[in-house]
Amino acid sequence: MQKTIVVNRFVVGENNKKSLQSIHSFMFLFNIQLLNFKNYEELNMQFSPQINCLVGENGSGKTNLLDAIHYLSLAKSAFPGQDQQSIRHQEPFFSIRGEFRNEDRQHQVLCALQQGAKKVLRCDQVPYERLSDHVGRFPVVMMAPHDTDLIREGSEERRRFFDAIICQTDRNYLQWLMEYNGLLKQRNALLRQWQKNHMPADQDLLETYNIPLLDRAEKIARARISFLDQFEPLFQAHYQALSGGREEVSLRYRTEVLKEDFKEKFEQATEKDVVLGRTTMGVHRDDFRFLIGGHPVKRFGSQGQQKSFVVALKLSHFDLIHQQKGFKPILLLDDIFDKLDDQRMQHLLKMVAGHKFGQIFITDARPERTKGLVKEIDEEVKIFEIEKGGIQNKE
Amino acid sequence: MQFSSKLIENAVGEIAKLPGIGQKTALRLVMHLLKAPEEQSEQLSKAIVKMRQDIKFCQKCHHISDEEVCNICQSPRRDGAIICVVEESQDVMAVENTAQYFGHYHVLGGVISPIEGIGPSTLKISELIHRIEKAKEEDEPIKEVILALSPTMEGDTTAFYLTKKLRAFEDLKITTIARGIPVGGELEYTDEVTLGRSIQARVSFAD
Repeated sequence: MQKTIVVNRFVVGENNKKSLQSIHSFMFLFNIQLLNFKNYEELNMQFSPQINCLVGENGSGKTNLLDAIHYLSLAKSAFPGQDQQSIRHQEPFFSIRGEFRNEDRQHQVLCALQQGAKKVLRCDQVPYERLSDHVGRFPVVMMAPHDTDLIREGSEERRRFFDAIICQTDRNYLQWLMEYNGLLKQRNALLRQWQKNHMPADQDLLETYNIPLLDRAEKIARARISFLDQFEPLFQAHYQALSGGREEVSLRYRTEVLKEDFKEKFEQATEKDVVLGRTTMGVHRDDFRFLIGGHPVKRFGSQGQQKSFVVALKLSHFDLIHQQKGFKPILLLDDIFDKLDDQRMQHLLKMVAGHKFGQIFITDARPERTKGLVKEIDEEVKIFEIEKGGIQNKE
Repeated sequence: MQFSSKLIENAVGEIAKLPGIGQKTALRLVMHLLKAPEEQSEQLSKAIVKMRQDIKFCQKCHHISDEEVCNICQSPRRDGAIICVVEESQDVMAVENTAQYFGHYHVLGGVISPIEGIGPSTLKISELIHRIEKAKEEDEPIKEVILALSPTMEGDTTAFYLTKKLRAFEDLKITTIARGIPVGGELEYTDEVTLGRSIQARVSFAD
């Protein structure tokens, strides 16, 4: 028996014919087919190359649909947790199919996962050898309510955020990072063995790991700095526009690695490393500091300033991809109407109206508000009402 | 998988423990043995038990051998002043098949990987050092050690560690096998890291 969720489509504004050329200057997702993905049993949708609004009650699956698009782009969920949890309750697998279109070409992307098996990713029927080969081909940038975690959480979140961006643009960086993490794992295993068996450290063996580790650490730190040099101006411009140009913001990379005496300090820390059973110094301990007026935004920024901060980070990411790829990534806006105040919202809408973005997906629990906001915009808008009633949770 | 016989189930279970063999292949092999004359099964099991009991490892190079010292180490036609260091016995066979090498070997038994609990003392590293020391005392010094380890992170680590230990011997040349494009391979299909390395380590065209 087939159970499909009810989707009503309205096309708002008939006078929305933008020139063909601008429609074709970006990459967009033409359609999507879901099978057993999260709360969807089966779903087929065809999207507008411009604005797509997903409206429906809380829990109806709006965010899950954005996550499916995230999977097609980055081969993983936008949320922490395991892929297995993305399979619909008590089903053996999920699959997501989507057709991306750019200029005159079409690409069928398939991302599927069977319980207990490896994730499959194919583009035009051809499987990828490495998932990382796919990342960056059909980029997305997502803004979601949990983005402020980037400010509130520990340094790991920030490293992951920036590492993911740098990896997409610098192949060497990905290689160095993988080597660094591999060496670090081995070195930590070694330290733990010595700690457990109360064995003296074998200096020769330790140095075998130290030398390449220090080499990669330096490369990674330098790459991060040169990345920030490029990224910070974009970020500052967006922040100023969002906040009305009142506060001074900056991004700082804090590292010990490039200091002259780092090698000495690193070696001196060996004793401590053995006691703790892990490597206490290196780029895996570095942090990206978010400053407002020279102070940490985590402690000195208001709620609103923190939100502007992360929105500006995401918009800069968007710009960077646009610069490097020559086309605009897809923008996923999850529930941001509730989270942003009027001024920031106005700025975003102004950017939308000024055709700064390519394809956009917006979720909102209040359909009336969304319809009101997008009515003014001269772009092709499709509104999808996602109803929970059509989705059967077999529990 | 359901079996009608406990005996079949046991046999399939044991065979499926072997690398590269799943339940279905194991069942196929078992059914084959069942159809073949009984002697075939006896010969197979005898051969395996005898192999396991009588196999020796060469005292010098730790390669699999029937004697105390393997035929490579015994051969008068091979150059004992060169040692090629490899991970496993299979690697000796691989290098032998090239017919390009006429020195001796040293089988480490693996590569250093603390995650898997393999440290230098688990491997035949101190044996290699003793071997070089002994050769020096006997006035037949080793001239060259070739490190023929896999180009993985663990292989590189092991090569680095060995180099550190072997540097103490003066007049000992330490080399490693070249890395690059496979013969008959197409340039455009080579992965970037390999291609990058072979550009960095390019050689003069003259020879």
